[in-house]
Amino acid sequence: MKLIQEIESGSLPLDEYLARKAEAIAKLEPILNSFITVVKGFEKSRIERLGLLKGLTVAIKDNICMEGIETTCGSLILRGYKPSYDATVVERIKKNSGVITGKTNMDEFAMGSTTEWSAFGPTRNPWDPCRVPGGSSGGSAAAVASGESDLALGSDTGGSIRCPASFCGVVGLKPTYGLVSRYGLIAYANSLEQIGPIARDVYGCALLLTAIAGYDPRDSTSIDRSYTDYRYALIEGLEGFRLGVVRELLGEGVDQRVSSCIEESIYRFESLGATVEEVSIPSISFALPAYYIIAMAEASSNLARYDGVRYGMSLSARDYDWSRYYEDVRSRGFGLEVKRRIILGAYVLSAGYYDRYYIKALKVRTLIKKGFMEVFKRFDALIGPSMPILPFRIGEKIEDPLELYMCDIDTVPVNLAGLPAISIPCGLVDDLPVGLQIIGSYFCEDTILRIAYNLEAALDLRLKPVFSEVCV
Amino acid sequence: MSELKPIIGLEVHCQLTNLRSKLFCSCSADYRGKPPNTNICPVCIGEPGSLPVLNREALISVLKVAIALKADISRFTYFSRKNYFYPDLPKNFQISQYDGAGGIPIARGGSIDIGGRIVRIRRIQLEEDPGRIVYEGTITSSTGLLMDYNRSGIALVEIVTEPDITSPREARVFLEKLRSLLEYIGVFDGSLEGAMRCDANISIPGGGRVEIKNISSFHDVEKALSFELARQKQRMVRGLGVIRETRHWDPRRRITVSLRVKEEEQDYRYFPEPDLPPIIVTDALIEEAERSMPILPYEKIDLYVSKYGLSRGLAEILVSSKDLSELYDKIVECYGKPGRVASWLIEDLLPLLDKLGVGVKDSKAKPEDIAYLLKSIDEGLIDRSRALSMLRSMVLEGSRPVIVFEHSLESRISLVELDRIISEVVEAEGKAFQDAIRNPKALNYLVGLVVKRCGGRADPREVYKLLSKKVREYRRSRR
Repeated sequence: MKLIQEIESGSLPLDEYLARKAEAIAKLEPILNSFITVVKGFEKSRIERLGLLKGLTVAIKDNICMEGIETTCGSLILRGYKPSYDATVVERIKKNSGVITGKTNMDEFAMGSTTEWSAFGPTRNPWDPCRVPGGSSGGSAAAVASGESDLALGSDTGGSIRCPASFCGVVGLKPTYGLVSRYGLIAYANSLEQIGPIARDVYGCALLLTAIAGYDPRDSTSIDRSYTDYRYALIEGLEGFRLGVVRELLGEGVDQRVSSCIEESIYRFESLGATVEEVSIPSISFALPAYYIIAMAEASSNLARYDGVRYGMSLSARDYDWSRYYEDVRSRGFGLEVKRRIILGAYVLSAGYYDRYYIKALKVRTLIKKGFMEVFKRFDALIGPSMPILPFRIGEKIEDPLELYMCDIDTVPVNLAGLPAISIPCGLVDDLPVGLQIIGSYFCEDTILRIAYNLEAALDLRLKPVFSEVCV
Repeated sequence: MSELKPIIGLEVHCQLTNLRSKLFCSCSADYRGKPPNTNICPVCIGEPGSLPVLNREALISVLKVAIALKADISRFTYFSRKNYFYPDLPKNFQISQYDGAGGIPIARGGSIDIGGRIVRIRRIQLEEDPGRIVYEGTITSSTGLLMDYNRSGIALVEIVTEPDITSPREARVFLEKLRSLLEYIGVFDGSLEGAMRCDANISIPGGGRVEIKNISSFHDVEKALSFELARQKQRMVRGLGVIRETRHWDPRRRITVSLRVKEEEQDYRYFPEPDLPPIIVTDALIEEAERSMPILPYEKIDLYVSKYGLSRGLAEILVSSKDLSELYDKIVECYGKPGRVASWLIEDLLPLLDKLGVGVKDSKAKPEDIAYLLKSIDEGLIDRSRALSMLRSMVLEGSRPVIVFEHSLESRISLVELDRIISEVVEAEGKAFQDAIRNPKALNYLVGLVVKRCGGRADPREVYKLLSKKVREYRRSRR
């Protein structure tokens, strides 16, 4: 990353760099709406000793808690909520001398793949402001693509990092479940989600992942492993790498223009010395319904705590019975999609339907895990598209929830299995980016980063969206 | 009417009061008496993004409970969310364990002997305590409710019995036995307000099952069940039948009132808690729990009977309280004579404590001092009434027992030597001895001489006794 060298060598003083970032935000925000909250005076940050992140700006998705900074999850129900504590990842970014610029826009409670469901207006795609940036971490991806921020954190429950990374032409990584602490990540579906890095290149992604990964005793699902510096995984050459192209990820519903872009990348991999073969994981075809059942079930319980009593939205409590008060707060505070998922989630958990839906979905989940494990005996990584389609127009699909859910078909299998996956730009179609997804085995972030790094170098795309302050 | 024997089952919630922190966060477990909402953190008030982490000590404690109740410990268990909205639940779900078919509590089975009858245990599980609702004024006059989350997240063990209890009195006895057992293993202190709470299910032949909620003391369990039994019998006699419902115990009015009819039973939508991985209960964990187990009441009774030769009745009294039996053990350790110690404790110490209104635990007398006092009594160094008044100040002020005789018992002069000294003194002080024969008060002069010659190693009262004996013998020989 050229930027880091400039900051380290002193040719770009940190205050000048931060001032430029503040300018970029001021200039682009009226168009893009990447942020819900910009941290006041971040450009005046002084850093005593430059740590791993060298003072680079990091935008944080608005479902990650930061002490004293309003955190809304893109929802009216949390408006005004200022957490009393820092999420573990926020602590680690501060400790590694990253400068946090603000809280980025997102679909309400991360439920969506377009960032249109935010209570604070949609984020626009820097490649074409009439189009969606993807979601739910749309604000983070748009901020990075446009240069409002150099790094960002997203969260990925069913594709929420990889989808916007793909639509905005940036690199986004969803880590292995348990690699990054979820302490301070406001839950949508706990058993599926991970916080992960978004950057304009693979190096930035590896850098930010190095800063945030690692065991946290405050998260019981976090796994105790030794420290890894993922920058050292970025080694040239893919000689002897075995890659599998997952047939089910390139099946029905994939835009022809997307699949031809993926095919071109396959030739690149072969020319870099890797062997590429087609592989099938049949259980993946059941991933989408299983994912939505589990995610909605967990969401219905996770979101029960928003009752307008302790934080966030509050109504005048006079003459209220508490249950009526809860009803009113929740009716007014939650948006349509969130209500839909809470109701469906409560339904699949209720007596008489639990076995038919929830238990069955867990069984599918186990089958998918086994399917992946089996395939990883023969392959170092699996590849496919991140998104089956190109970024579409704002408003184009919002009326049809099922059509929107179908967009997640290539991303959700990885969340059900808990595997790591990265989305990296592999080409432009009609001036819109296409993302390639590389899936690794458990805790093999180093492998997928290395593969992505080599593809990135080979393609040398030098992407620059229409609305951006990025120097390429 | 008397043939309508009730069937009763209990669901008991006990706080694990031995723990230092709450079940899923590091807030203090000692929440009582603190200003409202000062013993809280992001986890126990369910702040967005916070995550629970299981308190390992709580797991060990509940394993001890399972061992004490002779229950089968599950080697694989997990937490579930019980979903319902209520103002005392900050997350609007409770982290608990699923109680329906397919759920795996930490332990199943086990039993408690309530004096010849066995009450079987169905389930033992771990869950978090909700916060406390504070009403402004009374429940009925209050215009709003206030929440205090200091208690939110305290570790609770839930113990559910089979419907093996056949009278309100038995229910109380069961609870008392349970309390004593939990206190023995050191996980519970029943003297803390609200530490034990109980729901009861009761039905009589031909009637529906009624659940009574909100019973918060041993005495109330008997009262609530007696009221409910009488109510149900009345309805049966009058041909009205008993419907299946949930009722609320109102301890002030001493009645149960209908809360909801069972048909509207809530669906709690249980599902496994995704933020806490399942618990694998290893041999090592169970061994750790076993290592920290004290000897249990029923084991201790057997031990007192077989090793010390106490009567079963006596043993049961001593074991009825953990503090008492620990005191007993320590005194026996110092003094031996288990039979004598047992009867003295029950005849002298307990009535005294009772009179003073002091619990065994609150007594300031040290066991080794009590042992010393008892030994002194037994050796005639102090009489019973003086011993009791000394005991009183030992209990209240923690003073050491002062037997007039200042030297340690071991360095006391032997009887043979004392006898020799007395004979010598009598011989040397012939006139004084003659005086003493006529006037018993003059004997004190000789007592003083003897004690002096013994270098203080003799007890004056014993010397007095021996000298009096000499005087009596002399008189007899003159007759």
